[in-house]
Amino acid sequence: MAEDVKKIMFTVRKPPHGSIYVYEGLEVKLIMAAYDADISVVFIDDGVFAVKKGQDTKALGIKGFAATYGVLVDYEITKVYVDRQSMESRGMSEEDLLVIGEDEDTEEPITPQVVDSDEIAAMMAEQHNILAF
Amino acid sequence: MKLAVCIYEGPYNHEASDSAYHFIQAAVQKGHEIKGIFFYHDGVYNVTKLMEPPQDDRHIANRWAELGATGIDIVVCIAAAKRRGIVDEVLVPNVRISGLGQLTMMAIEADRLVVFGD
Repeated sequence: MAEDVKKIMFTVRKPPHGSIYVYEGLEVKLIMAAYDADISVVFIDDGVFAVKKGQDTKALGIKGFAATYGVLVDYEITKVYVDRQSMESRGMSEEDLLVIGEDEDTEEPITPQVVDSDEIAAMMAEQHNILAF
Repeated sequence: MKLAVCIYEGPYNHEASDSAYHFIQAAVQKGHEIKGIFFYHDGVYNVTKLMEPPQDDRHIANRWAELGATGIDIVVCIAAAKRRGIVDEVLVPNVRISGLGQLTMMAIEADRLVVFGD
């Protein structure tokens, strides 16, 4: 990737339901993926619930969007991270994370990568711009 | 510095629109360049001419239109606007509806993208 390609990070800190931020934030990611930018996505705080598998919004009477995260790798958004501390403090583990695509060669499912807060801080420091949802 | 501003919240209900407006005015006075202003989420409601606030209060939509008249590019997200019934016919002048690609270009071209909202 060329050196002048800008690094843009999305942070997702809000729960996926109860407001539209996370859903419309996902729409931004999918559009931005078509541009020449180095995209990463980090799920922090209640944002980790957005990538919890098995979400069912039927009883809420709203359209669920969790399944759309399954296309992230197809959109070449592969730098997808979950904050370990946020995840564990909410009783979630890596097994609870939904699939964001599959490996081109092995066809193995890919899930977001669990990382520590200090790693996220280091990544944030490298970004050109950060968009929060 | 080249700045871009993204506003997530609707007018009057939340301070985001006011804060963004004052931030932009201060930035311009300091000599910074505003690459663009992007309205997303309920932020799209900030630029409808249908609003009619009490006369002794600020008129948020007109204020944005006046800022647009100075040459700053003000963009309303089409996807967010369609969802909320905001169309070309209800927009104040000097504001345009376009896609998220515009936000992308602002994020790439600006040194800082400043987001106002929850």
